[in-house]
Amino acid sequence: MKDKIRAILKEHGRLSKDVKDIGDKDDLLAAGLTSHANVNVMLALENEFEIEFPDSMLKRESFESIAAICASIEKVRDGQA
Amino acid sequence: MSGEVGAKPMKMRVGVDLVRVQEIERSLSCFGDRFLRRLFTEGEVAYATAAPGRTAERLAARFAAKEAVKKALGAAADGAPWRHIEVRRGPGGHPEIMLHGPAQEAASAAGISEFSISLSHDGDYAIAMVAAACRGDER
Repeated sequence: MKDKIRAILKEHGRLSKDVKDIGDKDDLLAAGLTSHANVNVMLALENEFEIEFPDSMLKRESFESIAAICASIEKVRDGQA
Repeated sequence: MSGEVGAKPMKMRVGVDLVRVQEIERSLSCFGDRFLRRLFTEGEVAYATAAPGRTAERLAARFAAKEAVKKALGAAADGAPWRHIEVRRGPGGHPEIMLHGPAQEAASAAGISEFSISLSHDGDYAIAMVAAACRGDER
């Protein structure tokens, strides 16, 4: 899952550093993820994992790191969102 | 400043956001209707698509407006759906902000009843700035 997330961040995140240099828990905002790029990342994640993030998960914390994105996807898949 | 004994002083809340029009074009190309439906109301889409050569810049300005409002509202607006911050055209053609749901709740909690907004776009960029007087708690 993390490899797919990293690929999406590489394609849509427009980060200021290489994705391979970003740790799983590193702050993506600090790595250059803008609000608009975050939207594209979210939509790409939904496409890739065939989910839809509910409004309740649109908070910054849901996408603040690769680890947080993983947890968010699993939460939606498990029906906990 | 408040004019009333015991009344909370008025504070200003401001927000600004800058968006690259090309990035909106890219979003439309990659995600199409999903991008539109997720971020914009039917009215916003109708206005933006009414000028085919200017759709991306109009959407860019509206997205910038939504983000500017969120910044002005602060943490209370974190996670508010973008469609709940709507940009409408007022009677004189000037843009106006209409809030719904969590965004409206955040504004009410901050004592904000109305936002002033200004939009601009020129070539590659669109920008939005919002301001509001509030009498609420700290964000």
